[in-house]
Formats: sequence, C-alpha cells, structure tokens
Amino acid sequence: MNETILFLPILLQLATAVLILFFWNHIQSQKLISIFSNLATFFLAGLLLFAPAYSESMFVQAGNWMPPFGISIVADTLTKVMVALTSIVGLAVSVYSYVGIGNSRARYGFYPSFHFLIMGLMGAFLTGDIFNLYVWFEIVIISSFVLVSLGADKERLQASIPYVSMNLLASVIFLTGIGILYGLTGSLNMADLSIQVANIENRSLVQVCAVFFIVGFGMKSAAFPLYFWLPSSYHTPPSAIASLFGGLLTKLGIYALIRVFTLIFIPDFALSTLLEWIAVLTLFTGAVGALIQTNLRKMFSYIIVCHIGFMLAGLSLHTNTSLTGTIYYLIHDIPAKANLFLIAGLIYRLTGSYYYKDMGGLQKSHPLLSFITAVALFSVAGIPPLSGFFPKIFLFRSSLYLSDPLTVSMILASFLTLFSFAKMWKEVFWKEHPTGKELNMNFTPSQWIFTMLPILFLLAISLFIGLGAEYITKIAQTISGEILDPNIYIDTVFPKGGSF
Amino acid sequence: MELLLSIMIGSLYASGIYMLLRRSMVKMIIGLILLGNGVNLLIFLLGGVSKGKPPILSAKLENFADPVPQALILTAIVISFGLQAFAIVLVQKVYEVLKTDDLDMIQKLEGDL
Repeated sequence: MNETILFLPILLQLATAVLILFFWNHIQSQKLISIFSNLATFFLAGLLLFAPAYSESMFVQAGNWMPPFGISIVADTLTKVMVALTSIVGLAVSVYSYVGIGNSRARYGFYPSFHFLIMGLMGAFLTGDIFNLYVWFEIVIISSFVLVSLGADKERLQASIPYVSMNLLASVIFLTGIGILYGLTGSLNMADLSIQVANIENRSLVQVCAVFFIVGFGMKSAAFPLYFWLPSSYHTPPSAIASLFGGLLTKLGIYALIRVFTLIFIPDFALSTLLEWIAVLTLFTGAVGALIQTNLRKMFSYIIVCHIGFMLAGLSLHTNTSLTGTIYYLIHDIPAKANLFLIAGLIYRLTGSYYYKDMGGLQKSHPLLSFITAVALFSVAGIPPLSGFFPKIFLFRSSLYLSDPLTVSMILASFLTLFSFAKMWKEVFWKEHPTGKELNMNFTPSQWIFTMLPILFLLAISLFIGLGAEYITKIAQTISGEILDPNIYIDTVFPKGGSF
Repeated sequence: MELLLSIMIGSLYASGIYMLLRRSMVKMIIGLILLGNGVNLLIFLLGGVSKGKPPILSAKLENFADPVPQALILTAIVISFGLQAFAIVLVQKVYEVLKTDDLDMIQKLEGDL
C-alpha cells in the first residue's frame, strides 16, 4: 500500500457509520460493529505510526488534483500520533459504551453519531487544507451536538444550550479568519499559505487574521476567557460521551492552534505575549475553579481547562524545548483525561451519584479500584514516574528562562490540581459512607468486564507514556523539530520545491 | 460596490453579536444566523468582486471570476444551514421541557456551581 492508506482512517469510520445506520433497530449488532471497527482503526493507526514503510511524511491529493488547488491529505508525525491517540480513546469508549450507554440512547443514534465524530476527528488531523479543516470541524461539532443532547431531558438540554451556541460562534469566527486569509493570499492549502503569508506586506491585517484564529480555536480548546461553556456542559452527558469529549475535542482545538501557529503564522512578540497571558489565566482560573467544586465531573471539567493552559504555555514560548513539552503534554493528556471520565462513570455506577456528599468509603469496599484511580489521578497531577511529570520538565525548562508569569502559574496550577484531587480522594474514598445510602454491589460479570477493560487499557497506555518516557520524548522531539521548520511540511506537499 | 458590501458585512456582524447577547434563546439563534450570513458575504467580498464574469477558465475567455470563493460560500451556507436547523429544533425542545425561553432562567434551574 502506498499513500492512499491515508484515506483509510476516514473511510473506515464513514463505512462503519453507514453500516451501523442499516442496523438501526438491532442495538447488539451496532455495538459489535462499533467495537470491531474501532479495533481495526486502532491497528491501522499503529501501522501508520510504527511501520517502517510509512515512516516518512506522506501526502496524497484528494481526486488527484494537484496542490495548491486540490485538497491535500498530509501525514507528518504529529498527525500520525494524533490519529493513533484518537483511535485509542475511540476503542476505549466503544468498549465502555457496550454497557455504559443504555438501550434508549443507543436506539436514538448514539453509535452513528459516535462514528461520525471519530471520522471528523480523523479528517481534521489528516487534512492539509484550511477550509477542509473547517468542514471537518463542523462535522465534529454537529456530531457532538447530537451526543451532548442525547436523551433530551432537563439536564442534557440545560447543558446543550451553552455548548451549541459557543461552538457555533467559534466556527463563525474561525471561518472569518479563513476568509481573510483567502483574501490576502488566494490560497487555502496550508503548505502554500506557509510560503505566501511570509511575503505579505500588510502585516497588520495578517496580525488581525491571526487573532481571529486565536479566538476561534481558543474558544474550541477552552482557553481563557471563553472556556465557560466547558464546565457548563461536560458534566451532563453519559460517561462514555463525556470521556470522548474530555479526551479529544479540546485537544482538536490545541492541535489546530499548533498547526496554524507553527506552519502558517509565526507568532511575533505581540501574539506570543497574548498567547502567554491567555495560558497564564487559563492555568490559574481553571485550577481555582476546580477547587470549589462538589460535583466530581465538574471538578474534572475544570481540570481539563487548567491543563489546556499547560499546552498553550508551551505554544506561546515557541522554542524547541517548550514545543516538545506541549506535544508530550498532548500525548499524555488525551488518554489520561478520557480515563478520568470513565472512572467517574464507574464511581457513579457504584455510588449512584456524582456529588461528593453522596459518596464515601470506596477505599474500604473497593481497594483495587482505589489503587487504579490513584494511579490515574497521580498521572494527571504530574507525579513522577507517571506520564504527567515528563512534559512538565520540558515546559519548566523553557519557561524558567523565558517567562516568569508562566512558571509561577504552572507551579500554582500543578499544586492546585493535586490539592483538588486530594480533596476528591478524601470525599470519595477515605471518608465514611453517608449512612442510609447503599453501595450498588450487584454488577453482572459482563458489566464489570466491559467497564474495567477500557479503564485498564487507557491506564496501561498512560503508564507506557510515563514509564517509557525515553521513547515518547524521542517522538515529541521529532515532532517539535518537524513543526518548527515549516520547510519540511512544504517539501512534503511540493516535492519539487516552490509553489505552483 | 466594495464599500457597500463592507458596510453590509459590518452591520450583519454587529447586529448578529448584538442579538447573541439578548436574553431570549430565539434571539440568540437569530444572532447566529445573522453572523453566518455576515461571514458568507465576507468571503464573497474578499474573493474579489467582479461584474458579470463567468467562473470558467478557457482558452478564449481571459476574464473570469474566481470560482473558489463561490465554492467556499456554498459549503459554508450548507453547513450553517444544517447547524441552524439543529439549533432551532434544540431551542424548541428546550422550551418544551424547561418551559422558558429566558437564558438567565435556564442557569437558575441548574442548582449548583
């Protein structure tokens, strides 16, 4: 197989979604098709990432129309890593939703929407054309609208209004940026834009365009001050869906920011300072927001916001070390956050509630679950040798020399994350169970298997990212070197050099 | 022509953002619709406004209009149409279940932080 393998992640998910639509009334078949398809995508992504035949950056043109007029599908290492992480979370959520999504939701199109969402994510990571990126973003958000409002009862609808409106606004802002960019350069291909944006004389208009992209993508990746839709909406969907959102959708925004601001716009002093302060405030407000929560999933939502700040910090500093930190953080964060929400779902199944006041005594009754949760929490908080620690080394190493506010806010955010987790641990695991409320102990064996298997799978991936830090650092440094030199990307798309 | 289009786009954006900040959900949706129209017109303007030229490149015809913005606008219209349809049905369902059109009242029903 040659470069056309790059179409396969997208087409496989599309075929699965369409196939599942034919089994609209047979929920059992839908579940099995979903699991097998995600397993196939997982192996495909592993093949793309690790097989020596595909180790170079590849590109393929949709419909064989030549760049810069046709749509390019480009797969450098960052793309391959993101596709692999998406397939991992997709597989975990697929297995979890075997028992995690009740039949009533599954009957109203959970599985087709789920696969359209994964297809949109794969497309967004693989594309090399900025308007195509917009289209894939829209596919992702409309599938997520369906998933967030599935059930149409009071809580889901309350959450869907901020979610829908903020995401639509972000899309409009993003499209404005694309329009201005097209007007300035006449091209939509990212490699071509990279060449042309550097040569435009009207730098202030380029600056304005860059700010549109920062606002649009920042809203999608839940950066300060436009992140309030996230804590308002991520605590309501069923845990399988919440885990999918928490692990992947904000990281799509971060990926887009990294791609646009290393390839197309090179941030000058003003933009870097803007990104730096956005990162500082995101770190601070996210961490402080998590402190006061009494709802488990709301606390996790604020932790998502807080840790977006770490990735923005690395992006704003724009050195090799800091971008290595950002990429490593991205690799660490996706399985870790997805795992957190799956564990929250398990705790809900055991205790019947997401509120701290209804929980307690889980350490005594479920010591193994406590251990697993502890490992997952320590990983997110950044305790060595787990996976959250190593990206922080790179981030701190660059911010100590370049930016004091970032260093201070990163230290504060790490400490407050640990504090919020300690508070959660005390409430959920250590304190005595409130009397009068029974722990739900009657799980069937199949429920245990399908709930624990994805949690353990994501935990294993997370442990590998931590304990195999040498290997992941090499990948992150490769990616960082690739994205800091746009010529590598440009040479992939225009092999003879120069644009059309 | 460009001046007229610029003023038009500016007023669409302004009115769209104004409507987004209203308290009623229906007005918010109308604001999003106006913003969508504004951005479509913006792409049209930035693609180069020309009078009466076909979007075809051929050996005989030297003057042609740029077909790419037309394609972009069509795609954007279709996408925003689909999203707005979903948003309108969602608002209808929210009114049915929560019995209110007032965005402040939705937040009051939440109960915790």
